[in-house]
Amino acid sequence: MSIQVENIHKQFGAFTALNQVSLDFPTGELVALLGPSGCGKTTLLRVIAGLETADSGRVILEGEDASGTHVRERQVGFVFQHYALFRHMTVFENVAFGLRVKPRRERPNEAEIKKRVHRLLELVQLDWLADRFPAQLSGGQRQRIALARALAVEPRVLLLDEPFGALDAQVRKELRRWLRRLHDELHVTSIFVTHDQEEALEVADRVVLMNKGKVEQVGTPQQVYEHPATPFVYGFLGAVNLFHGRVDGEHVRVGEAVLPHDGRDAAHGVDVVGFARPHELDIVTDLGSSQGVEATVARVLAFGASVRVELDAIAGAEGQPRHYEVVLGRERLAELALTEGQRVRLVPSQLRVFPREAA
Amino acid sequence: MSAATLFNPTRQTRVLPGFGLSLGYTLVYLSLLVLIPLSAVFLKTATLGWSEFWAVVSAPRVVASYKLSFGASLLAAAINAVFGLMLAWALVRYTFPGKKLIDALVDLPFALPTAVAGIALTALYAGNGWVGSILEPLGLKVAFTPLGVLVALVFIGVPFVVRTVQPILEDLETELEEAAASLGAQRWQTFTRVILPILLPALLTGFALAFARAVGEYGSVIFIAGNIPMVSEITPLMIITKLEQYDYAGANAIAAVMLVFSFALLLVINLLQAWSAKRTGRNR
Repeated sequence: MSIQVENIHKQFGAFTALNQVSLDFPTGELVALLGPSGCGKTTLLRVIAGLETADSGRVILEGEDASGTHVRERQVGFVFQHYALFRHMTVFENVAFGLRVKPRRERPNEAEIKKRVHRLLELVQLDWLADRFPAQLSGGQRQRIALARALAVEPRVLLLDEPFGALDAQVRKELRRWLRRLHDELHVTSIFVTHDQEEALEVADRVVLMNKGKVEQVGTPQQVYEHPATPFVYGFLGAVNLFHGRVDGEHVRVGEAVLPHDGRDAAHGVDVVGFARPHELDIVTDLGSSQGVEATVARVLAFGASVRVELDAIAGAEGQPRHYEVVLGRERLAELALTEGQRVRLVPSQLRVFPREAA
Repeated sequence: MSAATLFNPTRQTRVLPGFGLSLGYTLVYLSLLVLIPLSAVFLKTATLGWSEFWAVVSAPRVVASYKLSFGASLLAAAINAVFGLMLAWALVRYTFPGKKLIDALVDLPFALPTAVAGIALTALYAGNGWVGSILEPLGLKVAFTPLGVLVALVFIGVPFVVRTVQPILEDLETELEEAAASLGAQRWQTFTRVILPILLPALLTGFALAFARAVGEYGSVIFIAGNIPMVSEITPLMIITKLEQYDYAGANAIAAVMLVFSFALLLVINLLQAWSAKRTGRNR
């Protein structure tokens, strides 16, 4: 089922949680709402679910205005960060809850309930825990039960609020993959909220980036990662190196140094912020060139497939960040033969610049 | 492996020391303050012969008082369970002007000398009192009837349920209610299937406390009860009556019966409470 939100505005006292947000969630997609805490992503999810009412704007489910519909009639499955399992019920009863509270004429009989609950428990691969209480399960198991419970009522939409937020790293990773597979099996339109960019990029079909109650960018994981639309998105998705400078024709002048840039949004003489990912920086040992920013090698982290080099900025470069991070291939490192404390130059292969006031 | 663990394989290491000390202290304390005085009740009772004992405790007037005492106490505790829950709910879930004041008022029955409560209630519910003058023309006599006893017992039992349920209600995540609603549950289904079962152990504890307090209550009841033999005499009054007649053994006999009854009822309530706590998966 498709979901649209139109001009949603939500205010908590003086704090604007959602500022005229309009979005389109096409049928069958798994979309991530990504942003730092307090950006309004959870509020948006709760407005879509009907757990929160927007001050203005509309929520449209399957082409119908659902703004006035109570959460129990919206047929949305909601999964909470802290599971919200009913602790006085067994796993089986938790999953069966949505079926048992149906009005008598819609309620399936006991045999049917049993069949459906066991099918769901098999789907989340926890059928063997049916008689346990939630307190006896691990965090990952609880969240899978919570998901099975939400799916029991055959929701038209699945909404997940930081579903893996309370779990440790190992379990998170496993559940992420599992959620993706589950979605590929069920194809129910799903939205999940997360502040973990890796999680969003890895799991979702599309990512909605939010900041301060506004949508910054919408796109596939590849689009948003490779072509960030705003400085915020650039900074939020993955590690990034910052350069403050002024556009000087084909170059950005950063202090004494000049850097090549990508040429977009950069009129001559404008103060800009340049962004380059660690793998978009190259290290040059030839100090004679005027290209590139000078820095000292602080640490070389030579484990894994690629090598990370941490560098300190040369003191006195005013308004510049203190540290840089570069990722190199192993061969390139061997070529350079870096030693700690060595002075080098950093030359970006790609530098995305934004006017200063936008950053 | 040290010698101690070799010779004492069941010994467990505890993080905090002092198990022996605290258990010993508990036993001494309980013995001095509870068990010894109470066993004196049974020892004194034993000075009566079996037939004498039976004659005292099964006298019609005494039996009528048991019925009133235990019946009214159970009913009062049940009423308090319902309305105490509502009061706790209002105090936890809503903000309204004077909330702090009402919260403090709840404890007042704890602090008030019971005789004061009894006199105040009597003045209020007597035929010429504020409430009594309204109720009596309607044919509802409260003061000097078993109904008056019930009113007094409800009054003194209010804080118990409120104070036991309140913290559990405060800890109850609203997410549970949201989850139930998103699964299609109506409000009353959410209440009966989700909230009430979680509150039940605390509610039973409050019920037990209110009941125990009501059974032992004397001061506030005797004023409003009117103490009409066979109608509105409570068991503690029967004990006092015996004492005033210097019939110590008789007083102790009735007290012993009361103790056994109360203990049995409290035991049942505690077992119920343990069972419901277990069902919520908390004691595993």
